[in-house]
Amino acid sequence: MSAVMVDVHGVHKSFGPLEVLRGVDLSVRAGEVTVILGPSGSGKSTLLRTINHLEKVNRGWVSIDGELIGYRRSGNKLHELKEKDVLKQRTNIGFVFQNFNLFPHLTVLENLVEAPVSALRRPRKEAEDTARRLLELVGLADKADAYPRQLSGGQQQRVAIARALALEPKVLLFDEPTSALDPELVGEVLDVIKDLASTGTTMIVVTHEIGFAREVADTVVFMDGGVVVEQGPPAAVLDHPRQERTRAFLSKVL
Amino acid sequence: MSSDTRSMSGDTLQEPATKPADDPAELKVVPTRHYARWAAGVAVIVLVAQFAHGLATNPVWEWNVFRDYVFSETIVQAVWVTLQLTAYATVLGFLLGTVLAFMRMSRSPVLSTVAWAYVWIFRSIPMIVQLVFWFNLSALYKELGVGIPFGPVFWSVDSNSLIGTIGAAIIGLTLHQAAYAAEIVRGGVLSVDHGQLEAAAALGIPRLRQIRRIVLPQAMRAILPTAGNEIIGLLKGTSVVYVMSIGELFYQVQVIYGRNGRVIPLLLVATAWYVVLTSLLSVAQYYVERRYARGADRTPPPTPLQRVRQRFVTKENS
Repeated sequence: MSAVMVDVHGVHKSFGPLEVLRGVDLSVRAGEVTVILGPSGSGKSTLLRTINHLEKVNRGWVSIDGELIGYRRSGNKLHELKEKDVLKQRTNIGFVFQNFNLFPHLTVLENLVEAPVSALRRPRKEAEDTARRLLELVGLADKADAYPRQLSGGQQQRVAIARALALEPKVLLFDEPTSALDPELVGEVLDVIKDLASTGTTMIVVTHEIGFAREVADTVVFMDGGVVVEQGPPAAVLDHPRQERTRAFLSKVL
Repeated sequence: MSSDTRSMSGDTLQEPATKPADDPAELKVVPTRHYARWAAGVAVIVLVAQFAHGLATNPVWEWNVFRDYVFSETIVQAVWVTLQLTAYATVLGFLLGTVLAFMRMSRSPVLSTVAWAYVWIFRSIPMIVQLVFWFNLSALYKELGVGIPFGPVFWSVDSNSLIGTIGAAIIGLTLHQAAYAAEIVRGGVLSVDHGQLEAAAALGIPRLRQIRRIVLPQAMRAILPTAGNEIIGLLKGTSVVYVMSIGELFYQVQVIYGRNGRVIPLLLVATAWYVVLTSLLSVAQYYVERRYARGADRTPPPTPLQRVRQRFVTKENS
């Protein structure tokens, strides 16, 4: 068995009086694909955002490849890291948003080159070569000089995936990557994610696509009410759920 | 009304002018006639013509005096001073305003309160009052120095020799402008989708770079129209520094008509220059806005020049 890449330990998160995560444990091994399912409001997106420290946790911790995210531990104390250091840590964690969040005033190529050049200090030439290779990978080599708004939703999301890959992250996080897409565009994005899965990229995908989970996931995690209700191989969780809440959810979406 | 309609439709029923065509392509569309609009148009044209005629023929305008002064050395130099005041106050005002805007949005309560208070104070004081304050700075602080706060002073200088009249005017205009610029910049930054900052943060882009490369260029789209207004306002607003006897356009015009009594033509000289400068600024604004609109439209609209060129090309072809 490969080493643990992402380790989420006892994570609690509240927004004001609302407790969104109530003690979540999750561990993802290197090269594995984990799909998180659950009804809306179950805390899956928030969990994903705590992993790259877009949300600070109230209790618990997250580590990636053995490195604590957002904190430095000395003895029994967790010291908050400076924003500069958190930003550096994030270059190890690719994040793909539901709404793509491409930079609309930059061309596709500039979108891909920006972070490697400014955050990793890569030479521009090298970053551009990588960017073009990644665009080819997601099937958009001819769109390098287009602006995001000139692309379809599916194309934009593929660019966003390429942008996340440009940092060569240790893990890729997908926050409902197909939820903002027209139905006929979902397939092209899922295909790109499937290709990545087959190359052994460590990924955590929050999605509503049960079929995708069944096909690609090594582990399916079902969340509800801010806790992990059930997890295991897709065949077990999707076809023979042990928990009543999982059964109820699956009966609604399948 | 209703009986009219009925009789009209009756007419068409009784004797159709032509046989109704079955092919929709043969149906001719008759546009509605806007008689009231035409009448109003004619009335306005007459009024405008009267005014233009008056401008050209009324001897009070003294166009010959206008011609003598409009490009005279004094006036051209005064225009240059006006432009300099505008340029300095714009650049410095927006720089300070941007700093204030980010202070206001900062998570530090000290910074945001100070920025808020600055905007509150400087928006509350009329510009002319402020200018006179700065003009009398030396009465307020005889010397300006650098040292330890509340402690010894290492280096100091007489405030009048450090800040001349022009300097005082630039400071006054800048501080005034910064208060407004701060709010304009803040509005622009707030208009940028929060997801943009999240994406930049998720990619690990350094904080300053996020602001310079991701946020500000997008904020510019919201900032520019209001900033254009402000700069044009400032250009004309520089005329109030005449109270400090600075040789800008309005002051010089007053000096000249005070000497020769030709008030109207000299006011015309100032008017003409303000209109020309404002027009140039408006054209510049159009092109700057266009530049920051990159990526906002799928196909950017042609510039007026391109449009004219296109029209000629299509005419030649047809």
